[in-house]
Amino acid sequence: MAIPLIVLAAILLFDLFFTPGFFSLEIRDGRLYGSLIDVVNRAAPVMLLSVGMTLVIATGGVDLSVGAVMAIVGATSACLIAKPSGSILSGIPVGTSIPAIIAVSLGVALICGLFNGVLVSFFSFQPIVATLLLMVAGRGLAQLLTDGQIIIFTNPGFASMGSGAWFGIPIPIWLAVGMFGLMGLLSRRTNLGLFVEAVGSNPVASQLSGINARTIKLAVYAICGICAGIAGLIGTADIKAADANNAGLYLELDAILAVAIGGTSMAGGRFTLAGSLIGALLMQTLATTIFARGITPEATLVLKALIVVGVCLFQSPRFQARFQHRQAGAQG
Amino acid sequence: MVALDQVDFTVQPGEVHALMGENGAGKSTLIKVMTGVYPADKGSIRLAGQEICPTSPSDATRLGISTVYQEVNLAPNLSVAENICLGREPKGWSGIRWREVRKRADQALARLSVSIDTGRALGSYSVAIQQMAAIARALDVQAKVLVLDEPTSSLDAAEVQQLFEAINRLKAEGMGIVFVTHFLDQVYAISDWMTILRNGRKVAEGATKDITRTDLVKHMIGREMSSDEAHPKAPESSALQSPPLLTAQSLNRKGAITNLDVSIGAGEVLGLAGLLGSGRSESVRLFFGCDRLDSGKLEVDGKGVHGWSSSDAIRAGFGYCPEDRKTSGIVPELSVRENIVLVLQSRRGWLRSIPRKRQADLAQRMVAQLNIATTDIEKPVQFLSGGNQQKALLARWLLTEPRLLLLDEPTRGIDVGAKQEIMNLVEDLRGKGMSFVFVSSELAEVVRTCRKVAVLRDRRMVETLTGSEITEERIMATIAEVSH
Repeated sequence: MAIPLIVLAAILLFDLFFTPGFFSLEIRDGRLYGSLIDVVNRAAPVMLLSVGMTLVIATGGVDLSVGAVMAIVGATSACLIAKPSGSILSGIPVGTSIPAIIAVSLGVALICGLFNGVLVSFFSFQPIVATLLLMVAGRGLAQLLTDGQIIIFTNPGFASMGSGAWFGIPIPIWLAVGMFGLMGLLSRRTNLGLFVEAVGSNPVASQLSGINARTIKLAVYAICGICAGIAGLIGTADIKAADANNAGLYLELDAILAVAIGGTSMAGGRFTLAGSLIGALLMQTLATTIFARGITPEATLVLKALIVVGVCLFQSPRFQARFQHRQAGAQG
Repeated sequence: MVALDQVDFTVQPGEVHALMGENGAGKSTLIKVMTGVYPADKGSIRLAGQEICPTSPSDATRLGISTVYQEVNLAPNLSVAENICLGREPKGWSGIRWREVRKRADQALARLSVSIDTGRALGSYSVAIQQMAAIARALDVQAKVLVLDEPTSSLDAAEVQQLFEAINRLKAEGMGIVFVTHFLDQVYAISDWMTILRNGRKVAEGATKDITRTDLVKHMIGREMSSDEAHPKAPESSALQSPPLLTAQSLNRKGAITNLDVSIGAGEVLGLAGLLGSGRSESVRLFFGCDRLDSGKLEVDGKGVHGWSSSDAIRAGFGYCPEDRKTSGIVPELSVRENIVLVLQSRRGWLRSIPRKRQADLAQRMVAQLNIATTDIEKPVQFLSGGNQQKALLARWLLTEPRLLLLDEPTRGIDVGAKQEIMNLVEDLRGKGMSFVFVSSELAEVVRTCRKVAVLRDRRMVETLTGSEITEERIMATIAEVSH
């Protein structure tokens, strides 16, 4: 966790000197504005995704479907609000109650997560294959829900999930930090974290110790589905529309990258939620910084990739071993 | 540590030479040196009088030493013919000449008198045929020496017969064959000569017909020069009146064990003795519910159980330290503390976590009690030595206060001091009424620890020895008896 934190600090330091006004904050209409808030706000969906993704990766799996789940949940919530005539969801009697709309949407997200979990834990699908199914089929499903249309809605209450603020802080940040806190507590105050790490580190030994690997895996994919669901709600509320083709597109990759940058091994075992959170923030800070420098968008992705490679390289056991070796050599 | 210490080994043309020894005797190392996987520190290899120095298995194959490993290392999705010619397909101007590939494969199999459709996927055939294909692949190059590393471990009797016919055919062609197996009957059925290794040294060599089974077992297992046998045995505890903790009635599982009948009472230590591959570990796995029974009955506290699983076993107060500590015992990345409290936590379910402070206290207590050498209980268990990992594993179970602890080779690969500590611990706990199933390749340990020993041979229980019948001599003689 130390290395991504150092890199994040370095980027912020760079911004302090070279990006004018990066650290300036102002309060307008009871809401905080500024680049820093903007960075965290924009990072919120990936932060949410990376919380679930961390747990899934810690069991030795991966969930490629989170972007598609965001699209499904977006389509569900938009249809429940706008009630377009062509949609099969228009018949669900949720009325205009926002809690009911959110509950049904997250229920759909949970079902998506459980679907992945059942394939992985009960049918022993390889996680990458199981979740690839929903990644590909999910967007089609979202289009079926919206009948191929981009659903636009006006519902100020629901839209505040994306653009509203609470105590001056944007609501997406509250949601991401809240989920992070909840999962942090759940994984460390209960045995969930220990079992996840045990199953990811040595599934055979865990089974022989009486840990039910199936239930654990099912649970982490379900949690990952819920996280993707909340991210999907934020994304939809933000643009006040459901776009089945573009909602959450490629965000699964950002989430996996955030986990990798954070220092959780792709092979499973030990995980760090805080690391993943820093990973997500690091990527967004980097993107905003590059944008603020006025570098062409084409170069942005390449620059981002280079820095990510650097962080991962510094964290690789082999690189660290060599580095320590050299240090020891220099001292001796 | 020297894996192989000045071993001379000669295979004649037209000879089946059995290479015998228990785990860690040096068989695999010898084979790996012969086939170029490892270089020899000292010494030389000569093939037909020429000194050779193979640098890799493919190099050895090119020189004329082919190896067929225990697990079939072929590609099940490719056809039999493709597997046999893989990497050396005959090529013409238009690429691989497939007809030639098929012809070569057919020819190679014909030498083993196997006639199958070589166009079908290898995986669609039985393990025996796959084994034959592996041998055929080895024969496709002009092999002078063929090394068969436990080729029969997954074959049934008829398949073994088929393999032996093939071996005899090759022998008649003048090929030298090195045969590694754990099945004594097979050694006597097929080999002409044998070399016996123990602890990296050659302990005996001679014509198979001159070495009796008892001598063979004695050489393989050997004897520890110690005064262990003089230890007086503690009297059996009086708790044996109650129904036995665990009773096994004619347990069967294909490829694992046949007709196992044993019972374990409270405060009793049951030993399972036999050579490697005799079904010891497999029996223990059945007791702990790791594998399903094909037939037979398992009773716990006098009541029959069905669909016995590991979690049932844990609930019944069983514990299990498996043979392969690294792959199925420890959770390498987790700390010593987490490894020790793992079962206790899993028994409480995921919601009820033991407070961190109490976990540390429990772990610290076990570390002190079992004398686990670690600088810190937060150190990942993978950085501990083998003996200390084994103790951490024991600690994991002892914390749950089990009624029956299944120990499969608890002393393998750990230093003498730790061995002694573990043996003393077993004795101590037994006195307090805990029961054990004890599996060890070291007969001295079995004799010292157990009041009842089930002797296994070739995945079958052959005899149960009790009390004064338990001596190394008697166990060895039982293992070596000719089976009928």
